[in-house]
Amino acid sequence: MAEVTLRKVVKRYDDVEAVRGIDLDIPDHEFVVLVGPSGCGKSTTLRMIAGLEDISDGEIMIGGDVVNDVPPKDRDIAMVFQNYALYPHMTVAENMSFGLRLKHYPKAEIKQRVTEAARMLDITDLIDRKPKQLSGGQRQRVAMGRAIVRNPKVFLFDEPLSNLDAKLRVQMRIEIKKVHQKVRTTTVYVTHDQVEAMTLADRVVVMNRGRIEQIGPPNELYHRPATKFVAGFIGSPAMNFIPCRLEDSGGLLQIRVGETIALPVPPDRVARYREIPRDTGMLLGLRPEHLVDAQSNQGAAFRPFDATPDVIEPMGMETFVYFPLAGVQLCGRINPAIEAKAGAPLRLAVDLNHMHLLDEATGLVL
Amino acid sequence: MTSMTIDKAGPSRKARIGSMSRDRKWAMRWSYVFLTLFAIFFLFPPIYMFITSLKTSAEISAATNPWWVYNPTLSNYTELLTSNQFLTFFRNSALVSIFVVIITMLISIPAAFALARMRFWGSTTLATGVFLTYLIPDTLLFIPLFKMFATFAQWTGIELINHWWVLIFVYPTLTVPFCTWIMIGYFASIPKELDEAAIVDGASWTQTLLRIFVPVALPGIIAATIFAFTVSWAQFLYPLAFTSSVDQQVLPTGIITTLIKGDVFNWGQIMTGALLGAAPPLIIYAFLMDYYISGLTAGATKG
Amino acid sequence: MVDAAQPTIRPARARTTRSGLRKFLERKSTIAFFMALPLMLLIAIMVIYPAFYSVHLATLNKSMQRFVGFGNFMFLFKRETFWMVVQQSCFFAITAVIFKALIGFVVAHLVHNIPDKGQRKWRGMLLVPWVIPPAMSTLAWLWLFDPSYSAFNWILAHVGIGPIAWTGDAGWARFSVILVNIWAGAPFFLIMYLAALKSVPEQLYEAAAIDGANWWQRIWYVTLPMMRNIIAITTLFSLIVTFANFDIVRILTAGGPLDKTHLFATWAFRIGIEGNDIPLGASISLFMVPILAVAAVFILRDINKRGNEA
Repeated sequence: MAEVTLRKVVKRYDDVEAVRGIDLDIPDHEFVVLVGPSGCGKSTTLRMIAGLEDISDGEIMIGGDVVNDVPPKDRDIAMVFQNYALYPHMTVAENMSFGLRLKHYPKAEIKQRVTEAARMLDITDLIDRKPKQLSGGQRQRVAMGRAIVRNPKVFLFDEPLSNLDAKLRVQMRIEIKKVHQKVRTTTVYVTHDQVEAMTLADRVVVMNRGRIEQIGPPNELYHRPATKFVAGFIGSPAMNFIPCRLEDSGGLLQIRVGETIALPVPPDRVARYREIPRDTGMLLGLRPEHLVDAQSNQGAAFRPFDATPDVIEPMGMETFVYFPLAGVQLCGRINPAIEAKAGAPLRLAVDLNHMHLLDEATGLVL
Repeated sequence: MTSMTIDKAGPSRKARIGSMSRDRKWAMRWSYVFLTLFAIFFLFPPIYMFITSLKTSAEISAATNPWWVYNPTLSNYTELLTSNQFLTFFRNSALVSIFVVIITMLISIPAAFALARMRFWGSTTLATGVFLTYLIPDTLLFIPLFKMFATFAQWTGIELINHWWVLIFVYPTLTVPFCTWIMIGYFASIPKELDEAAIVDGASWTQTLLRIFVPVALPGIIAATIFAFTVSWAQFLYPLAFTSSVDQQVLPTGIITTLIKGDVFNWGQIMTGALLGAAPPLIIYAFLMDYYISGLTAGATKG
Repeated sequence: MVDAAQPTIRPARARTTRSGLRKFLERKSTIAFFMALPLMLLIAIMVIYPAFYSVHLATLNKSMQRFVGFGNFMFLFKRETFWMVVQQSCFFAITAVIFKALIGFVVAHLVHNIPDKGQRKWRGMLLVPWVIPPAMSTLAWLWLFDPSYSAFNWILAHVGIGPIAWTGDAGWARFSVILVNIWAGAPFFLIMYLAALKSVPEQLYEAAAIDGANWWQRIWYVTLPMMRNIIAITTLFSLIVTFANFDIVRILTAGGPLDKTHLFATWAFRIGIEGNDIPLGASISLFMVPILAVAAVFILRDINKRGNEA
């Protein structure tokens, strides 16, 4: 096991820069998730760590050694692929032991490690089957088993759950987390699914267009996003962005949304926002759970307003309402007990304590 | 209400299905009729070979009904199978084909792997080149090759012409390009992650080829092997151009040059010889038809 | 727990410092190059070199001691037989390919029409001509066409048609070689078309049927467009092979009667190997190159198109 360090790592394909200078320190035992939309460079970064792609510029270190020129087989890493990449002509046991057999480990030890890993992943009964005879979830377990038996310095996961159906994905997510808690191997995990990122990671690395947008523990990213991209990417349904301006009204700083709504800036934020030029184009960022029904949310922090939802989505434990405001479509979350109808006016409230203010031009959260 | 609609829809739908299936039935009947006619067209020459092979020379020259055997005999078979000459042809053909298959596989499997997976300078050009080579027919090359072998003998004193084993060096020009081409197709259909997994697992490129690609692409390799064998077995022009002595002949040329003597055609024996010569490919085909066909279609549908 | 269960008995891996040469030899592209080297050597020595050598040979005189430039070609252009061979080769190839394609297309549909479980059996029978080495099957045809014992003539005699000189009369001989070529080559088309038919999704036919298309319209608007590529590639392949054919004509007529069935390949063999005029033989066979090149260019274009679609 070892720490992984990336220093100004760049990947260029002909004239396109897929990864544009990434710095990342992953301490030993940590579970890091690289998340971002397709084409953001997350898979390329992972494949560079694995050694499957050459590094155009910068350095990658595993356990303190620069591995730029070390071939994958000498990097002591294990990788789990999206389509499992199980060897179709080998049994589960042979699949899992292939790497060890190539390195001429003693037979007894191979057997012991395979048995151990199979037990941990609950696939002991499948050990003599061929991949063709396994379900998607079972194949995924075998792929993980193949990584575990190697006992490598680093685990690399490349969208391992994307081929599974939604239900199985949740189950395997928990499985992966359990395994990591047991073996504590440094892990780099790539996904485009922010839920996976949030649930699995010690730290999440949000990537966009070949750069890192923000690094932090899941909750920090959720509650204190640094940029509009992170704010919009993390959380589902996504955060609402409402065009707005700051204005002074009778010595108080307030946020003007459209013609009708003006929201007072919470006292603890006044100092932060006061110096912003009043004519700057701003965005008010509000998560759906902070756009709630006025009925069950009252108090100083809540500012009520009227809206007419055009779509209602009851989810059971919550109900999402979609409504237009200030020229944009917003999503709010209301108590399912409240009877809401599309086209009927509804009194909603803004939770100002959880608002974000963003500079529209730079996309930075202020 | 619901039951009423079902009742209404029921009969009309049934009638429709009935008429459709009646059309289908007739289409099918005609299909069988025409298929039978085509099958007769495609199968009567080999059947006629078999009929003739059971006849004595006397019966053949008696000009009785050519489509019937009145006095079936296996004498043609026993005569050929005990003739040293014929067995020599058979041995030469077998040796040439087996060596050609081995050489073809040794050359085309690694090359196809390199071309499908490893990308090196000029690899795309080479892949196209392999395909173009496959399109160059033997009839274009036999004259320069003939002259090349003659020149080679002048320089080194090693006579290549009129030795059966020279065919072992010549036939791969016919088999290797096609086999490489279809193996590229088979290898390309293996997901990229599979070799990446092997590489991460610590396999070298050679180990990836031998322990992952060869077993996974085994059906393709079998198809390519069958192709290489049948092509070598059937090749006629090269042995006709490059070998002349009786003991250096392979089956196709041997039967024609030795059994057809001047104007005396011993048709019973010729047909027996041709049938025995056609037997190995036919037997392989009978047992491995699916591989045979997949190799046949792979050339155009893959790659 | 697992940590404890996995004692670190790592086999000692010798960590040698990589020398420049070693590094070069371990590079992916270097290994790939060596894997492909035998192939390159084979193609270079046994295909490309002879092909160009053939051009060189074509410019020499019969004893191969003097350079005559285009002399051989000029000589050929002045010979009537040459123009006859050009015509015969083109006629042979085009007629045979058209009929092979048509028969293949029709039979593929017939096989596709019948229930799936019977298809294998029929396909197996219909492909037999392709499996038999052409030299062997042509012998059977030669016997069927025998001047005195022809089994065809025996049948025809029963319906009152006089004996036909299958290989003796120029017209009938041309017919015979084409017939045998069709017989041997049509199964290849059948198999290719059948594979193509199977790859057309059933939903397309169902959608067309719902849109009210009849049988012909389904073939015209669904089957043919979906098979276009395979039809094109198979036809071009077959055109090359048929144009360069040797075995059938050589065994059936040996070019006769009076050179009336010679193709480029058989005539080149007669002149080059049997007639011992290697330069002239090489010149004749080189005339196959233009049509082969045109077909090859089209095939390559189609294959690349397929590659891009995939």
